[in-house]
Amino acid sequence: MIDQQLGALFVQLAYIGASAAFILGLRGLTKPDTARRGMQLAAVGMVLAIIGTLLNHEIVSYQFILIGLVVGTAIGLPMGLLVPMTAMPQRIAVSHMFGALAVTLVGIAEFIHYREAVGGPGVVKMVALGFETLFGALTITGSFMAFGKLQGFVTGRPVTFPGQKLVNAAVFLGAVALYAALVLTQSGGATGDAGLVMFGLMTVLALVIGVTLVLPIGGADMPVVVSLLNSYAGLAASATGFAIGNNILIVAGALDGASGFILSILMSKAMNRSFANVLFGAFGGEKAAASHKSAEGLTTRSVTPEDAAMRIGYARNVIVVPGYGMAVAQAQHAVRELAELIEKRGGRIRFAIHPVAGRMPGHMNVLLAEANVPYDHLFDLDEINGEFAACDVAIVIGANDVTNPAAKDDPGSPIYGMPILNVQDAEQVIVVKRGMATGFAGIENELFYLDKTSMLFGDAKSVITQVVAEIKAL
Amino acid sequence: MVTTLLTIVGAAAALTAVATSGTPTDSSTLIDAQIVEIYVFLLAAFTGFQIITKVPPLLHTPLMAATNAISAISLVASIVLAGAERPLFINIMGMVAVAAATINVVGGFVITDRMLKMFKKTEAPK
Repeated sequence: MIDQQLGALFVQLAYIGASAAFILGLRGLTKPDTARRGMQLAAVGMVLAIIGTLLNHEIVSYQFILIGLVVGTAIGLPMGLLVPMTAMPQRIAVSHMFGALAVTLVGIAEFIHYREAVGGPGVVKMVALGFETLFGALTITGSFMAFGKLQGFVTGRPVTFPGQKLVNAAVFLGAVALYAALVLTQSGGATGDAGLVMFGLMTVLALVIGVTLVLPIGGADMPVVVSLLNSYAGLAASATGFAIGNNILIVAGALDGASGFILSILMSKAMNRSFANVLFGAFGGEKAAASHKSAEGLTTRSVTPEDAAMRIGYARNVIVVPGYGMAVAQAQHAVRELAELIEKRGGRIRFAIHPVAGRMPGHMNVLLAEANVPYDHLFDLDEINGEFAACDVAIVIGANDVTNPAAKDDPGSPIYGMPILNVQDAEQVIVVKRGMATGFAGIENELFYLDKTSMLFGDAKSVITQVVAEIKAL
Repeated sequence: MVTTLLTIVGAAAALTAVATSGTPTDSSTLIDAQIVEIYVFLLAAFTGFQIITKVPPLLHTPLMAATNAISAISLVASIVLAGAERPLFINIMGMVAVAAATINVVGGFVITDRMLKMFKKTEAPK
């Protein structure tokens, strides 16, 4: 008896230590120089929590645990070591899926377990279990769909069909009604299989919601989706903690939930969406119809890589605006070479990163860091927007909507009010782009038609490589 | 910052002690335990908000990978399921859950470290 109490105390101490390690580890992430050590501390916290759990007196056999740990490590380790940085958005999406799968399995198993116990799960535990399974299940399929869209085996275009909103609403209400019924009827009554059927049906509906939630969302909205799923995965983990009375799950889940929530808010702000709009998943689709300013009668000026090299080579102050197009063309290494060349010639180079550039929060920063661009050259919107006016050349590489001045001065534009990078303030603008296709918002970008703007058409990687060669020859 | 943290850890420890004392059949203790859990959640959520709003956009991708690895703490619940005295199919569900969560723990921390290793300052001129 005393041994058991001592064991329980040790488990709790391990969990408290782990909580502290997680919080301090995340605090490390507030600065680039402390980030790495912080995360190592968090990893130690995780090991502590696992060791503590293995000593739990409830555990009678270890073979299943061992198999799970070995299989998980065998899959997770190569994934962690080998996934290229360009595939990071997919990897994050798929990891939300694995996390949610674990949480959902725990939810279902605990539901079965509690039903067999005297008195059933009770109202409070049922609330937690239902929430856990509902959010867990929708995060499984939602993340899988997001993964598919980012990986390219599900179309990146928004998928819509007539009556979609109605179907979505019906499925959602059905799942919520089953959840409410389970809570109110004490998990469907202590006897009979009604509770199991209701719980199973709720789980299936939640799986369907995950699909219908992400299907109508286009590729460029993925930063919001991935952040939101991050938050859901955290909340589901926290609910697990409530269901089984475990504080470490509550703490870690709350940290993850808060992080996903904050990122979702930041992303929706950067995309000019209300947060409510994002929360209810009603994004995508609608705005695609609006292409109200036509480009008729306007002309662009196209330049050759030689021309561009002349302008960039003699510029003193250059700002590069990277976008998803840079990632697609894998142009980040060529861009870094260009940056080094400009510096060598005595110019100053900085990168302006829009919050939603790319397919996930911070996507461009990671790609440029991998290409060895020092992080003190990377600036976010607020830091750099005042600097464009003083810059000789702004180079836009594979970005579009985030530079569109219509967001500032055309109240009729669908992106009006969205924070943009003030590229139009630069003395000259060079836009590297494959063709004149519109960006994700489906609208013309007036920036391209300004007198100061030169279009440099072609694949970003080969064009930038040519520019680099030309500057070297100057 | 550190004081906030200490307060939270201290509160969590004290509350856990309260929550785990008493017999589980005592219904008032059960409600106390659930109230305590809500405290823990709120305090952790506030702390999370405070810290995470300070994470610069530069590190948002590593942040996401890191919180993902941390939320794989559901591994703890999965381990108990896989190893406790339950029907075989529950143990097997637990095993699958352990594997899924371990993928995130191992993969998540490794990939976060790989990313953070890449962020470098401009080298000082020699």
